[in-house]
Amino acid sequence: MNGSCLRLNVRLARDGFTLAVDLSLPGRGISVLFGPSGSGKTSCLRVLAGLEDGAQGTVVVDGQTWQDSQAGVFLPTHRRALGYVFQEASLFDHLTVEGNLRFGFDRTPAAERRHDWRHGLDLLGISHLLNRRPHELSGGERQRVAIARALATSPRLLLMDEPLAALDAARKAEILPWLEQLHERLDIPVVYVTHSMDEVTRLADHLVLLDGGQVRAEGTVTDLLTRLDLPLAHGDHAGAVLLARTGQAMPEDQLMALELACGRLLLLPQTRERTPAPNTQVRVRVMARDVSLSLDAPLHSSVLNILPATVTGLEPDGPGQVLVALDIGRADCPARLLARISQLSARRLDIRPGLALYAQVKGVAMVR
Amino acid sequence: MLLSPDNLQALWLTAQVAALTTLILLLLGTPLAWWLARSRTWVARPVGALVSLPLVLPPSVLGFYLLVALGPSGPLGQAMQALGLPTLPFTFAGLVVASVFYSLPFMVQPILNSMQALGERPLEVAASLRASPRDRFFHVVLPLCRPGIVTGCVMSFAHTVGEFGVVLMVGGNIPGVTRVVSVQIFDHVEALEYADAHRLAAVMLVFAFAVLLGLQLYNARLARRTSA
Repeated sequence: MNGSCLRLNVRLARDGFTLAVDLSLPGRGISVLFGPSGSGKTSCLRVLAGLEDGAQGTVVVDGQTWQDSQAGVFLPTHRRALGYVFQEASLFDHLTVEGNLRFGFDRTPAAERRHDWRHGLDLLGISHLLNRRPHELSGGERQRVAIARALATSPRLLLMDEPLAALDAARKAEILPWLEQLHERLDIPVVYVTHSMDEVTRLADHLVLLDGGQVRAEGTVTDLLTRLDLPLAHGDHAGAVLLARTGQAMPEDQLMALELACGRLLLLPQTRERTPAPNTQVRVRVMARDVSLSLDAPLHSSVLNILPATVTGLEPDGPGQVLVALDIGRADCPARLLARISQLSARRLDIRPGLALYAQVKGVAMVR
Repeated sequence: MLLSPDNLQALWLTAQVAALTTLILLLLGTPLAWWLARSRTWVARPVGALVSLPLVLPPSVLGFYLLVALGPSGPLGQAMQALGLPTLPFTFAGLVVASVFYSLPFMVQPILNSMQALGERPLEVAASLRASPRDRFFHVVLPLCRPGIVTGCVMSFAHTVGEFGVVLMVGGNIPGVTRVVSVQIFDHVEALEYADAHRLAAVMLVFAFAVLLGLQLYNARLARRTSA
């Protein structure tokens, strides 16, 4: 189900703010809308959901036209097969957890039901909470119930508006693994709004960068995070995300090998809490500040991961610093990395696009 | 027996007027409050002011206008007669109609407050869970506004029990038909029957206190539950 399963081409003018987006999002996986507050992320979700009646344009989801202003089509929210998870869980206080889950399920036409209302219980680990009242739940539990409630309507699209923003760090850490699981097991597209870089690196497949109500850039997360012309690749959080498969473990050295799509191997320390089975899909994050460059192959280095690379671009980044974009893949299978080095080193080594060199990667973190 | 048959009759009549008024107000006031909470047209402002009018208007003024309007030569009275119906002043039905106007803000205001406090979110959530606008009103708005509705009913009932000026104007003082407790107490005092007046006044005082205490306890319980 690849290609454009979700089309959004709308304009929405509201006191001093204009949202004008034209997006085609993939029919699977998590598309993250990312941008500063006021950039129009939430407005996009609301337009998709039909909660903004002033929006003009077209919304097509999975072949169904939800809105086509020229043809005078506008399906009200309750006729759109979607799930919406708000920033605050917004559970119905007058119902138990089970009542909340059944609310949407009971109202979903039988022909559209693809699973029972209990579908989300295991996916989100909330089976033991069914008889509780919302005020008896922790913030994290409430948000998990809200997600399960949205899934109980058999939606064709799941919209999530900063579902973790109202939670503290501990609660976030509690929910993220569930979201990652959802990601693997859901067969519907998810549009996820956040301004947290951490959530982008862990969850995003497709990334849309919004600014001032417009799409600044969109593409796969691996591409967008390493594009020097975008603000994502700058600042302290700059880093690349790489997709890889787990390879052989090396228990005697407490290491494990990862194989990138291009065939290159990365070694990283085995952590006790996360040792995925061989040949599982994982994603790793390499921060720009953890990559240093060398013109010759460093033969006697303590750094484990030394990869031949080609410079694809460079850009000043903060006082005295330069950000270098690298390709460590093959011609038919690029894999991008960022390195942040001093301006002085860049000048001394004469770093320029096309230059072949070696990237020494000091830190690799498995984020999923 | 502590209370004379006359006094018991007045109490029973008062309870009937108050109960019927509360029921009518519940059916009328809830949709009215919803409309006032949701409407974005300018008409909602004057209507909102009109609903609150009995709060500040002397009951005698309200009663006077109702008497004129409902009377045989008033516009409502003429309409009633044209339909072959009896006119309302000095009847039980007239008393109920007057009470509905008189206690309207006591029903609408608490419900309106809770509907406004509800905000847009629960409705949007319900819409995303496939609930139609009607469905949302009955299965989300009403249950979530229950505290406001309970308060509105209790206040309307208690306030109707306590009315005096409007009753005198519209209802008069007919035993078993329009002579409610407040009027009965007035009569006792006029006739210097202080013992009777005392007993009936005590019943009213205890009732009013019990109602307000009950409401306090109800709200305290709700607050404990939502803050948990």
